[in-house]
Amino acid sequence: MADKVEFELVSPERLLLSRSVDMVVVPGAEGDFGVLRGHAPLISTLRLGVIDVHDAGGVSDRIFVAGGFAEVTAERCTVLAEQAVPVADLDRAGIEDEIRSLRDSLAVADGDAERGALAARIAVAEAKLAYA
Amino acid sequence: MPSLKQYRTRIASVKSTQKITSAMKMVAAAKLRRAQEKAEAARPYAERMSRMLGSLAGSLSGGAGAPALLAGTGRSEVHLVVVATSDRGLCGAFNSSIVRGARAHVRQLLSEGKQVRIFCVGRKGRDQLRRDFAKLIVGSMEDVGRRSLSFADAQRITDRILQMFAAGEFDVCSLFYARFRSAITQIVTRQQLIPFAIEGGAGEATAAGGAVYEYEPDEEQILAELLPRNLSVQVFRALLENNASEQGARMTAMDNATRNAGDMIKRLTLSYNRQRQASITKELIEIISGAEAV
Repeated sequence: MADKVEFELVSPERLLLSRSVDMVVVPGAEGDFGVLRGHAPLISTLRLGVIDVHDAGGVSDRIFVAGGFAEVTAERCTVLAEQAVPVADLDRAGIEDEIRSLRDSLAVADGDAERGALAARIAVAEAKLAYA
Repeated sequence: MPSLKQYRTRIASVKSTQKITSAMKMVAAAKLRRAQEKAEAARPYAERMSRMLGSLAGSLSGGAGAPALLAGTGRSEVHLVVVATSDRGLCGAFNSSIVRGARAHVRQLLSEGKQVRIFCVGRKGRDQLRRDFAKLIVGSMEDVGRRSLSFADAQRITDRILQMFAAGEFDVCSLFYARFRSAITQIVTRQQLIPFAIEGGAGEATAAGGAVYEYEPDEEQILAELLPRNLSVQVFRALLENNASEQGARMTAMDNATRNAGDMIKRLTLSYNRQRQASITKELIEIISGAEAV
């Protein structure tokens, strides 16, 4: 596996993915970046987006991530995601329902902190919808 | 001397207690297995988080611009003690030993002339601490992980802590919980959360990577996101450990209770039989002596 990179995706609850792949494309805070073996060491924050795992000549996995960090060294790429859902598991109707109920609770929410938290959740859900 | 009927009701009641304790033991054992799995599943995240934080802190060390979460406020006047216990009892000495540890720590801080504030997670700890330090308790949180412990629970606690820290309500924060070693031993542990103590030293982390990291955006911004997150991760890990410990302690306690109930039933049955035989003998004597008298 001379030209492979060890990719690990971890969420607070569990280890989601750990294997060697050809390339991963990570949605960094300042733009997507692809990680191949021999990448310069890098630590970056993530924005809402999708991680593309390239393996065996094509995209093998697409995983939606919301916030977190990526650590890249020459041999491995570790992503610590706050939320991670495989794109194939995103359910359009479910997310639309979620957005609707979040909007409803936003309408009756009081206090800036609560409102901010709800708005953040809506943003995450909307980003999910774009990929579903 | 209790009558035969009294013995029978005693035995029946101990038997039903035994049924309950052995069922609770079974439930605790199943929950313990799940809690342990969860604690193990959460470990990779925490490990990688502290590795990343170590390398970041290494590159920032000595810098005056280090954020307060990492470097502290430079004072140690006001201490926040977070005590994590369970909401339910019947788990042996689990809650009381955590509270005992916390109480000793609080007493020591008070005798050093520091101010102490207490934040309770879990109903049992709050009830016990309220007896001694009712005035020091600034808040409490219950029903944490009632159904299943999630990261959001940890985040709720962390949000409260961070809010208080941002408002300058304390300088040093430490957390009390029981670390899980086995179903029989749980170790009460104090962990300092703020300022964050980096394990293993900062120099090692950069050496392990073999190179200096690039940062995107810059170090300060990443740290500003990473530190609160790390706090939640530490709290989450402590809660998971606590959860496993609670189930372990309950399992052991209920195992003991079941065994004690068994012993008690044996003793009661013995006395019951003795009494029964005594009364039979007595009746026989009465019949025989009655027959002889005729």
